[in-house]
Amino acid sequence: MDYVPHTNEDRSEMLKAIGISGIEELFSDIPSEVKLDRKLDLPPPMSELELRKHLSELAGKNTTTDDMVSFLGAGVYDHYVPSVVKHIISRSEFYTAYTPYQAEVSQGMLQSIFEYQTLMCELTGLDISNASLYDGATAIAEAATMSSRLTRRQEIIISQAVHPEYRSTLKTYAYNLGLEVKEVPFTDGSTDIEAIKELVSDKTACVILQNPNFFGCIENMALAAEAAHEKKALFVACVDPISLGILAAPGEYGADIAVGEAQGLGIPMGFGGPHLGFMTCRQQYIRQMPGRVVGETRDNQGRRGYILTLQAREQHIRRERATSNICSNQALCALAATVYLSWLGKQGIKEVAEQCMAKAHYACEELSKIPGVERMHRAPFFKEFAIRTPVNPETLSKGLLESNILGGLPLGRFYPELSDSLLIAVTEKRTKEEIDGLCRALEGLV
Amino acid sequence: MSMPLIFEKSRPGRKAYSLPELDVPKKETSDSLPEWARRKQDPSLPEISEVDLIRHFTELSRRNFGVDQGFYPLGSCTMKYNPKINEDVAALPGFNNIHPYQPEELVQGALELMYEFGRDLCEISGMHEASLQPAAGAHGELTGLMIIKAYHESRGEGEKRTKVIVPDSAHGTNPASAAFCGYRVVEVKSDERGGVDLDSLREVISDDVAALMLTNPNTLGLFDENAVEIAEIVHNAGGLLYYDGANMNAIVGIVRPGDMGFDVLHYNVHKTFSAPHGGGGPGCGAIAVKEFLAPFLPVPVVEKQGDRYVLNYNRPQSIGMVKGFYGNFNVMVKGFAYIRSLGAEGLRKVAETAVLNANYVMTKLKEYYNLPYDRFCKHEFVIDSSRQVKHGVHTGDIAKALLDLAFHAPTIYFPLIVREAMMIEPTETESKETLDAFIEAMIKIAELAETSPETLQTAPHHTVVGRLDDVTAARKPIPRWTPPEE
Repeated sequence: MDYVPHTNEDRSEMLKAIGISGIEELFSDIPSEVKLDRKLDLPPPMSELELRKHLSELAGKNTTTDDMVSFLGAGVYDHYVPSVVKHIISRSEFYTAYTPYQAEVSQGMLQSIFEYQTLMCELTGLDISNASLYDGATAIAEAATMSSRLTRRQEIIISQAVHPEYRSTLKTYAYNLGLEVKEVPFTDGSTDIEAIKELVSDKTACVILQNPNFFGCIENMALAAEAAHEKKALFVACVDPISLGILAAPGEYGADIAVGEAQGLGIPMGFGGPHLGFMTCRQQYIRQMPGRVVGETRDNQGRRGYILTLQAREQHIRRERATSNICSNQALCALAATVYLSWLGKQGIKEVAEQCMAKAHYACEELSKIPGVERMHRAPFFKEFAIRTPVNPETLSKGLLESNILGGLPLGRFYPELSDSLLIAVTEKRTKEEIDGLCRALEGLV
Repeated sequence: MSMPLIFEKSRPGRKAYSLPELDVPKKETSDSLPEWARRKQDPSLPEISEVDLIRHFTELSRRNFGVDQGFYPLGSCTMKYNPKINEDVAALPGFNNIHPYQPEELVQGALELMYEFGRDLCEISGMHEASLQPAAGAHGELTGLMIIKAYHESRGEGEKRTKVIVPDSAHGTNPASAAFCGYRVVEVKSDERGGVDLDSLREVISDDVAALMLTNPNTLGLFDENAVEIAEIVHNAGGLLYYDGANMNAIVGIVRPGDMGFDVLHYNVHKTFSAPHGGGGPGCGAIAVKEFLAPFLPVPVVEKQGDRYVLNYNRPQSIGMVKGFYGNFNVMVKGFAYIRSLGAEGLRKVAETAVLNANYVMTKLKEYYNLPYDRFCKHEFVIDSSRQVKHGVHTGDIAKALLDLAFHAPTIYFPLIVREAMMIEPTETESKETLDAFIEAMIKIAELAETSPETLQTAPHHTVVGRLDDVTAARKPIPRWTPPEE
């Protein structure tokens, strides 16, 4: 199967127009000694029917969260995706378009990004949003390099309670740019604010905390921000946008830059991507922001319209002096988030957050009634929490799978010292019955 | 005509969402959260009914132009048809509703797909091992350069090799990625045939060069005939060769970067392998490397052990992670489906037809527009408007006039080495009729440039908004909506 429309007649007419006798002449400038003298070694082509069957078979080898009750989170969450999202992002006017370089025929995408930027500013309580970044992990890395440029400092302080893969990604980026990453320990699941105060200095570009952090604990972000600002370092808050229905907004506790993973806003878990990295910041930092930004303007008849703006920051203009190398971003995921947030509206974002919190707290209380099971930390939490169990969490997870329960993340995977703990996430999708089922299954295993 | 923003359609009390009744005891935020943890001011999200929400975004979609709406000859972006079956299979619950931290035995199908896709990408490029983690082309570049850096460091040459050579015709992401990897960028000139000027290259090459980044065919759409010699010059100085795969559509099945001497490349799966661009993303910037660079690939790497697929994090020389999890999996599914539909014959036909189409349009247009490099092109070509500039008509005007004629514009003012450039990439999925209609439109515009330049200078006339003021937009940025003052 291929998607080439030419008939033999078309082809010969075109060759004639070019003035050659065969297509191979068009490749005569490729040195023959490097040309491939055989067919590529690939499986034979498939018809649409065969392809659908083959891919369905592969998909069928995965066990989905439709087949299990999932309490697995750790950065990717099983939130409900309303039907409206799929229907809008499946419109091919959106998904088959490129980056909106030609504004007059891209007003749809541009206006939706402008709406997305506004929504993210509203949620985070900050002034400026870009049009998206790859994911939460790279958004942290971009925030670190942005802070370094803004402060002309080379040291990044990040809490060990930030998602381990985000820290890992940050370290990869930082290493290659010659930035030094220092990690702040946590005590009882919360970042040690005193340790920040000790570490932060006039070399610190930024301090990065996640809220709620990897263990689900709500951090005292205002105190951390204060510690950073004391030494004129920037404060970067990595936040879960769903939590912002009820939790303090980064703008409210003094964050200079907010970043995070917005997969929860109408984007499927999809085995880890594509997801949606976001970034918002205070007005004065706009010209150091990475990525695309859409701005409002007027056309030659005074009508309102939207356009990619501040492009002098970007790689296609500024080349090696650009604020980032990012070009393609996650535009369609940002559209999904825009539709999702519009669907929720002012009340819905609160209600979904409240339901997550109520259900997570119910789960935590019920689980804690099981002998030998207790929540690990005392800090307030939102939709995720860690429990200590008398049985090895890996064994426990396997046991839970027998009851079709995806029982959370054994923390030993990232924190060897926490190998007796399980991280459990509860979204609005989980019912009381499912939570009770988890408790019963777990009780039978300990 | 302007369209109201969703915020302007908001009315207090309206809603689209519904959630189940809460079936566990409600937690008052004031009870379970200390005051410092609570939000003070509610976010102003729009309040709108579902039907109005759908109409709003449907109307927005009607103000947008995609490949399904018409010809999209945006050079360097490979705006080919995005097969619908690929969308369908990528939306299967078995691919969408899986969590990246599920135990490996529950995601064997996903891992098998990634493994097989990686093998295909290696075969197509003549490389040894792949990583699918990079999210986009520029991200692949950055990852590839990090690997090159790690390799030099492993040989004790990390301190010494501080430069990356980039031709003046390169995509902006190349120098930006090199800088983001901590390298100093050295630009090398193009020669009169549009390729890398070998003398300039010999002047800058030395033992402080970490790598040369090359797009081949380059952004002029021209194959650099000296590719093998360039590779030799760089390799002899101990540097490595990076291949920017943005233009792979021109050579799939015909020549492989690995066989030309390149050590690492990135693909734009969302270009060559038909995954849609999504209005700017998501993409997939998979990379593939020669064997000696494989130890440095990002973790995890999908491996096959017996008949089981695993994620291997235990690669001590790895550069680390460049992104969370494993990459933009959903885009991989589409790329994989495309490769498996076409097979070897189909992929070769892609390159042949893409090149045929570009040469056909170029041949027809060179009578009307200046063609700075008059030789066979590959999948795209660059013309300029120097003849039209005499009448006061610039490339930007021609682009806007095309919009009025229901075509998307080419890439304009790029590459930077051609003044008033227009970079035209028809792709292989366009019929002769479509190409002829585009050629006719371009000829009509060339005529209008002489007879009625003001029509072009004020274009577009038939789009939902007219030409937009980008200068004021950048000078006084309005990057978000704010409610009118009461």
